[in-house]
Amino acid sequence: MLREGRPLSFYILAFVFTLYVLFLYGPMLAIYVLSFQGPEGGLTFPMNGVSLTWFSKLFAGGGIVDIGAAFWRSLKLGLVVMMITVVFSVAAGMAFRKRFAGSAFLFYTAIASLIVPSIITSLGIALEFRVLDDAVKLHAADWGFPKLAEDWTTGMGLFTSGLGAHLTWTLPFGLLIMFAIFNRFDSRLEEAARDLGATPWQTFRHVVLPIILPSVVGIGLFGFTLSWDELARSSQAIGSVNTLPLELQGLTTTVTKPDIYALGTVTSAVSFLVIFAALFAIRALQKRQERQGSDAGSGLV
Amino acid sequence: MALRDRPSQFVAWLQAGPMMLVFLVFFLVPLAFVIIVSFWDYNEYEMIPSFTTRGYVETFEGCLAQLPELCTILKTYLKTLKLCFLVWLITLVIGFTVAYFLAFHIRSKTWQIALSLICTIPFWTSNVIRMIAWIPLLGRNGLVNSGLVKAGMIDKPLEWLLYSEFAVVLALVHLFTFFMVVPIFNSMIRIDKRLIEAAYDAGATGFQTLTNVIIPLAKPGIVIGSIFVITIVMGDFVTIGVMGGQQIAAAGKIIETRLNALQFPAAAANAVILLGITFMIIAMLSRLVDVRKEL
Repeated sequence: MLREGRPLSFYILAFVFTLYVLFLYGPMLAIYVLSFQGPEGGLTFPMNGVSLTWFSKLFAGGGIVDIGAAFWRSLKLGLVVMMITVVFSVAAGMAFRKRFAGSAFLFYTAIASLIVPSIITSLGIALEFRVLDDAVKLHAADWGFPKLAEDWTTGMGLFTSGLGAHLTWTLPFGLLIMFAIFNRFDSRLEEAARDLGATPWQTFRHVVLPIILPSVVGIGLFGFTLSWDELARSSQAIGSVNTLPLELQGLTTTVTKPDIYALGTVTSAVSFLVIFAALFAIRALQKRQERQGSDAGSGLV
Repeated sequence: MALRDRPSQFVAWLQAGPMMLVFLVFFLVPLAFVIIVSFWDYNEYEMIPSFTTRGYVETFEGCLAQLPELCTILKTYLKTLKLCFLVWLITLVIGFTVAYFLAFHIRSKTWQIALSLICTIPFWTSNVIRMIAWIPLLGRNGLVNSGLVKAGMIDKPLEWLLYSEFAVVLALVHLFTFFMVVPIFNSMIRIDKRLIEAAYDAGATGFQTLTNVIIPLAKPGIVIGSIFVITIVMGDFVTIGVMGGQQIAAAGKIIETRLNALQFPAAAANAVILLGITFMIIAMLSRLVDVRKEL
């Protein structure tokens, strides 16, 4: 680049960067360590022995809340959000490669969904479902469904309002990643496929998808992790059951024992497992692409 | 061409349709409901669909009478704006520095990806956990306090480290600097390195290059990052709640409080006010840059 050797500014900035990384990870490491606190230990250092007490308390149930149930709920929701985010984002990303009527509208809606404060979106979904509930209770009989009017409690739930709330958060990220992908995509590859007589589906399945696959895994990673940790949007829109982050937030005001750290460690373990599995898959896919000679997808996450 | 255009429009609609539908049902219609319900009446247990400005009037109750004293809502918004400004400034300085280091000082692609990942991984983990993580450090008997006491710098533990405005700002910076780093890095990586070389050749000092070449060219990233951070902090209620010990008032907290009291129209009115202010800030910022061109 400019000069040989490292300038002094490099060392200063490298030091600042190191501090930033410490600032990012230091506190998290503290609670991972403290979750192995001995049975008599408290919320702060020093460690009072080392044990798995707080983890077994967590899964024994009977304690504060039903963590196990919340865990599985969050996991199921996260997986569903991930799959929908991947499919809808890839499809919409393909559409955006050409100008279509309404493309600007969809783009600005996605950006708005990303930056409108979460609590407003959450409140809106809650209101929408309340109005729906009232309408069903009042009018279902007139529409010819008297049984429905009687039995109806609420349309809100994990896989209705909750799923929708999470998607308003994950889909914009998915769409932006697709934009990044196609900004660097060499469309001559598709033309070549067409010239060789491939149908649009064959072109997508055998040319486009293999090239963008590493980034698609990235979209899945965002989809799952953002849902797994989502809190603000779920807060009003999840219905009567809680997700894991909501349980965690509830614990922050009441808990005085390290079980909250144990829960934090378990939650993070799932996150890290997913992150590293995804990164590993991305790396493996990129390696395969390199071996097979095409560099069309290189440089993409 | 015309013959081929129509089917391709149809296909594009099929492809974009599912996403549009989700945004319609779970974002646009809900936003409309927020605005409509903000003009509804309510009693202790339900909302009543009749037009009233009660939600807004009650929100600003006493604001004129108390002048020149500030009423609660104005005080709360001032406090929120202050938090917002502090967090924005700190995340901008840290985010710019980190992005600059990654973009201009790390020369190998592999290292750039590895270090970027190190900055990104915490973003994929839980915000609540990253807040709780400060407790063993900042609490009464936390590492910082016991360290300072041991060192003889203070006699008794500092109370303002946790559950305070300080803790809120610290946690917000901790959580959201990432939103500054990414767009600024993105802008910087596109800067033609020859421009910087040209500036040096023309005799510019390092600082002059920074202010006259790099910062103007990184402006789009700075603006996009600022929009992210400001909108997040303006609407935040979780971080302010947890790190403020549920004691600090803020724009997002007002909405939450009203919701907990089941006063939906009042919550909606506050949401509309927050939305209006947030959009005003975004409109001012986005005049500085064409967001769509940057993606």
